[in-house]
Amino acid sequence: MLKMRMRMKMLLLLGWCCGLVCAGQNRSDPRGQTGFPVLSINYDYVQMPFEVSLWILLASLMKLGFHLLPVLSGVVPESCLLIVVGLLVGGLIRVMGKNPPVLDSQLFFLCLLPPIILDAGYFLPIRPFTENAGTILTFAVLGTLWNVFFMGAVLYGACRLEAGRLASVDLLSCLLFGSIVSAVDPVAVLAVFEEIHINELLHILVFGESLLNDAVTVVLYHLFEEFAHAGEVTVGDVFLGVVCFFVVALGGVMVGGVYGVLAAFTSRFTSHTRVIEPLFVFLYSYMAYLSAEVFHLSGIMALIACGVVMRPYVEANISHKSYTTIKYFLKMWSSVSETLIFIFLGVSTVAGPHTWNWTFVSITIVLCLVSRVLGVVGLTYIINKYRMVKLSGKDQFIVAYGGLRGAIAFSLAFLLSSDDFPMKDMFLTAIITVIFFTVFVQGMTIRPLVDLLAVKKKKQSKCSINEEIHTQFLEHLLAGIEGVCGHYGHRHWRHKLDRFNKRYIKRCLIRGERSQEPQLISFYNKMELKQALMLLESNSSANLSAGDTAAPQQRSRKTLNISKEREEEIRKILRANLQKTRQRLRSYSRHTLMPDAEDEDEDWSETRIRKQRRMSFMTLPALRESPAVRGSRVESDRPSVLFTLADERLESRGHKPSVTFCLDVEEKPLPRCVSDPGADQLLEEDESLHQRH
Amino acid sequence: MGSRASSLLREEDIDEIKKETGFSHSQITRLYSRFHSLDKGENGALSREDFQRIPELAINPLGDRIINAFFPEGEDQVNFRGFMRTLAHFRPVEDNEKNKDMISGEPLNSRTNKLHFAFQLYDLDRDDKISRDELLQVLRMMVGVNISDEQLGSIADRTIQEADTNGDMCISFSEFTKVLEKVDVEQKMSIRFLH
Repeated sequence: MLKMRMRMKMLLLLGWCCGLVCAGQNRSDPRGQTGFPVLSINYDYVQMPFEVSLWILLASLMKLGFHLLPVLSGVVPESCLLIVVGLLVGGLIRVMGKNPPVLDSQLFFLCLLPPIILDAGYFLPIRPFTENAGTILTFAVLGTLWNVFFMGAVLYGACRLEAGRLASVDLLSCLLFGSIVSAVDPVAVLAVFEEIHINELLHILVFGESLLNDAVTVVLYHLFEEFAHAGEVTVGDVFLGVVCFFVVALGGVMVGGVYGVLAAFTSRFTSHTRVIEPLFVFLYSYMAYLSAEVFHLSGIMALIACGVVMRPYVEANISHKSYTTIKYFLKMWSSVSETLIFIFLGVSTVAGPHTWNWTFVSITIVLCLVSRVLGVVGLTYIINKYRMVKLSGKDQFIVAYGGLRGAIAFSLAFLLSSDDFPMKDMFLTAIITVIFFTVFVQGMTIRPLVDLLAVKKKKQSKCSINEEIHTQFLEHLLAGIEGVCGHYGHRHWRHKLDRFNKRYIKRCLIRGERSQEPQLISFYNKMELKQALMLLESNSSANLSAGDTAAPQQRSRKTLNISKEREEEIRKILRANLQKTRQRLRSYSRHTLMPDAEDEDEDWSETRIRKQRRMSFMTLPALRESPAVRGSRVESDRPSVLFTLADERLESRGHKPSVTFCLDVEEKPLPRCVSDPGADQLLEEDESLHQRH
Repeated sequence: MGSRASSLLREEDIDEIKKETGFSHSQITRLYSRFHSLDKGENGALSREDFQRIPELAINPLGDRIINAFFPEGEDQVNFRGFMRTLAHFRPVEDNEKNKDMISGEPLNSRTNKLHFAFQLYDLDRDDKISRDELLQVLRMMVGVNISDEQLGSIADRTIQEADTNGDMCISFSEFTKVLEKVDVEQKMSIRFLH
């Protein structure tokens, strides 16, 4: 009953939004002529931003709606539902007599695509990516080339055989069509694969391939377009095309790398203006994308390179709040972008001029599947000779089946000029059909297939200090053994890169002491902070489950011993904090979030280690309550631990602790601490970082 | 140089090593020439100094331990058989070997034996447990000199607490294996020896 009402509300909202969008296409009436207009309508003034906001609102409401209907979203991937919504909206607009807007290619490439790619690139898991880089590159470059030429050739043959309306399609057009259609689309792959949680290796293979094949697509697309325009092809041109590929790929990466280094360097100096730190990250990345597009280099690769290069240094320099901001903004923008893209795909389907040709479309679909399977199987046979962990048949099936096409193909086709390509409409229809087929059929069936084939799923593992230590240990061990064998494998080069990084680059790009910090220590610090916060949050509910009491008690036993030795240090810390917090202002200016941010950073280096230990003290469950303290307890249990410690120390010195002291100490911003109110939310989402709902 | 090296290695030796370690013929000859090039004293065995001359081991934080792992208990020289036996742990695990029935038990490069090799690098006194001190030593080697003892101590405590299931404040081999069950040891501890 409740669900029915919600559905009705959704439909009403949807209808209302569409109505507004359609009405917005009208021009507004000029004001009436009698007397002074008290109330007038001037829609033209706000038309553009109003419509944009309406579309985004529609997209977000749709997303909201889907998650209120868990039955549907469990079976059908979100992308399919969004395309259906787009179809409905397009149909509604058409019924009202207007022309539905088509997905403008410039809008798509400049506004909708970059957030998704930046999000993917910034959070790209580096280790699996570099370990499988050879495989990914092979699939991306050789696989796409195979697809393009195979499809182009077979389509041309089919067009020749068919004659009739298809006779005018020449080889160049077929090749161009092949190059547009064969590229695996990162947006669609992300949308579907995020929901099925397959293991990391397969995810990074398909996803990495979809990102890297952009270079191939860009080169081939421009190449064939130029050839079609020029009218004839020489061998020299083909050779230039190959050179162009390398220029595009490497140039894109270099542009991205340069901007990444710039961003990292800038972030070194932002300690006094924390508020605009995220802006630098976004701006530099977007500039990298645009700069690459100026020279027809691969914008996607530039964006990925920028994100990858910038991330380790920027994260060491910026505050935790900025990190959270970056993370959430990227997720938000990419989520909205993706939704909009799929909705527009649906709307454009209703809008665009269509030329349906049974032969062409059906051959295209069959060819897409066949060439993809052949390509994957053939390449895997070669790749497995060089891999240590071979790809099994199941893996190959998932890689082949996960090759989804998406909006990039549509936009590229839309950009074609109708003069050079009179069959542009037919191409568009065929591409839309392929996209629908891959997204609907393959997207919907991949989840049951994954379960059926019992493909390994993503391991839900909590970060463990053991794994980190032992993994590093094994890295060192293997590097040494490789040295003994005289073997210069990729570990050797990675070691060299690490050493170069540590000695020169980190010194330039990371501010202060953090440049010297070993990776193990930063990992450990982050883990400790997370755990301290989790325990604080759970203390406030004052209900530790039976399973947890064993571990914390063991810990508390140990940490109790340590605390007895460190009494004097605690006293010093608390004394210093008392003084600081009294001077603290409660003002909030637009330029600084924390008025004493500078103080915090100055003595950060000295007291950092002590603060870490203090955080580990905070994991004491309320064991150390003494009767004297219990009387003066405050209602909120959260700061109880430090409060009790502080209380005992200060009572002995005759100070009366105040409530504000306690809460202030808790909220005093530690350098890498999370003092957001939504701390537990953050931690949960940290673990499932790749989920975008 | 190559032909002289392989002439010192007899066919029967190669066959025995092949059976024991699973390396192929060409891999064994290649590694023998490497062995020979390391052996400056030309006496058919390697000493600790020979290993210390390898540049990669000199800068490796675990260099000394790795060198020690090659030498059996109490000895100062390692011959080619011993050299190969240690290196056999790092051979990639092959699918067809998983089903092979070996009389001597599991092959040297099985996951358990790989982990056991790593475990012994931690466990210097060979009591089948990694104590807190042994862990601290390894951590100190990996992390360098800038980190204080207390911080390393808390890391070590945390590590042991995470892994320890039977409460003896040490990490036994089974606990070690359990902690690393999610790590892809077969890939991380394998070197691709070229054919």
